Amino acid sequence: MRITAEELSWSVAGTPVVRGVSADIAPGETVGLLGPNGSGKSSLLRCLAGLRAPDTGAVRYDGEPVRDWSARRIARHVAFAAQDPGADSDLKAADVVGLGRTPFRDRWHGPDATDRAVVAAALERVGLTALAGRSWKALSGGERQRAHLARALAQQPYALLLDEPTNHLDVRHQLELMELLTGTGQTVLVALHDLSLAARYCDRLLLLHHGRLIASGTPAAVLTAERLAGVFEVDAELTTDALGHPAVTYRGPLGTPAEASRPTP
Amino acid sequence: MFLFLLAALALAGSVAAATRIGTSGVGWAGLARVLGAHLGLDVEPLPPLTDSLIWDLRLPRVLMAALVGASLAVCGTVLQAVTRNALADPYLLGVSSGASAGTVTVVVLGVGAGALGVTGGALAGALLSFGLLLLLLRRTGLDSGRIVLTGVVVGQLFTALTSLVLMASADADTTRAVTHWLLGSMAPARWDTVVVCAIVTPLGLVAAWLCSNALDGLAFGADTAASLGIGVRRTRMLLLVVTAALTAVAVATVGAIGFVGLIVPHGVRFLAGPLHRVLLPYAALAGAVFLVWTDAMARIAFAPREVPVGVITALLGVPLFLLVLRKRGEL
Repeated sequence: MRITAEELSWSVAGTPVVRGVSADIAPGETVGLLGPNGSGKSSLLRCLAGLRAPDTGAVRYDGEPVRDWSARRIARHVAFAAQDPGADSDLKAADVVGLGRTPFRDRWHGPDATDRAVVAAALERVGLTALAGRSWKALSGGERQRAHLARALAQQPYALLLDEPTNHLDVRHQLELMELLTGTGQTVLVALHDLSLAARYCDRLLLLHHGRLIASGTPAAVLTAERLAGVFEVDAELTTDALGHPAVTYRGPLGTPAEASRPTP
Repeated sequence: MFLFLLAALALAGSVAAATRIGTSGVGWAGLARVLGAHLGLDVEPLPPLTDSLIWDLRLPRVLMAALVGASLAVCGTVLQAVTRNALADPYLLGVSSGASAGTVTVVVLGVGAGALGVTGGALAGALLSFGLLLLLLRRTGLDSGRIVLTGVVVGQLFTALTSLVLMASADADTTRAVTHWLLGSMAPARWDTVVVCAIVTPLGLVAAWLCSNALDGLAFGADTAASLGIGVRRTRMLLLVVTAALTAVAVATVGAIGFVGLIVPHGVRFLAGPLHRVLLPYAALAGAVFLVWTDAMARIAFAPREVPVGVITALLGVPLFLLVLRKRGEL
């Protein structure tokens, strides 16, 4: 499914957070959303997921404006996973994943055979089958993160919008999760902090700074030393890693005296 | 399903057994004769005095206990999920304080005593306090923290008003009577109030149960819930109205019975699991059984003197609550 943002602006308590962002995410594309803390990544994701009504501009799914869609209709099209959806819940992992079936269930009936099969498949894909019966409280941060991805997958969406899903994950699970995302064939928009991970797995990157979209394109085109200096305030070097992907080497934060004393790699 | 039927049978059995017990006990045969006579069956009725005691006073009282217990337990379960607060109980919204203020206004000041009566006054007070709550919450996202804070503020206001009226105008006897009511007692239950409860309670329980999926989703925050297609604000508003209505009807008749709405949800969650589809029906049954038996105890423990049932629910509830918390490793 194609997701289009047209001149999106959104502010909270009078402070603009997203400023005139226009972007187009093609069907099947994996797009990374980058930017420093407070650059508006989460807010842009929420606008695109229909969770915030933009002040101006429009969000379109396959060309159709979603402003008047019901929450349920949106939930049948896109799935959203928040960054740290911590909850003091006693639900079992499988029940949390089962929440993903909410937009397809009516109020009178419990989960049916289809729901159970979809949940089992989603758990399988994130490698949590063995923990299906474990209480949410007893899951580690990484396991919760994967359970939330499985919950999003159980929504069987046309597009996945994920806010830093690699938080709390160890290296192996980060790689597994990114391969899983790119392997779905679904449209994926994923906010990431790890630039190298983004460069390695995303078809395209969007770079946000102070709520504005300042660059968009292939990882090699977006990630340049000048931009990283201007946006992230780091002294970084862009190289190509052994697998041919752009890789970022950080020399240090810009504007601190530590630069001189830090050993250069 | 089998377990649920078993629990429903346990409730029916509890109601029957509790109706037999009291200052003037009757046997099973006697109970059957009372019921039979009033249902128009061809049985020999009991002596009029005993018959009236069972049919006019005790049976409505036991049924009321079942209805109120179910209401309070379900309201507690719902509000704990909506506010994401394990300490939430049905009185969190300040509705019971509103009811108390309404009651003292009628009983002590005599405002509208003829037209409203105690029950009407309590109901009016409850609705007034809930109206104020919604007024203060309008144009907010009805987020969990704000509901709790606003509810506490409204509750404090009406509690202060209650105290003011009691201290300024009431004599010792009236104060004593009102205090008895404030602690909660099933004694005022009659058929007319039971009928009101018997209509409102099932409607409220079904409405809450139909929001089960939303209640599960809300545990993960408003954004996650909304991304699952749940109309978060609308659902919260519906659930606030339902719980306020259930609480208001209960409090108006039998006062603010504490602890049922707090402990029963936790106890049942421990046994039936946290999925609201399953949890809510069991909470309703467990709350009903719990209040039927605690009311029976309130009647007989210090007979002929009657203890407010709220005292018994707390005395029994505290150890049960501690036991559940201990079992769940939270204490």
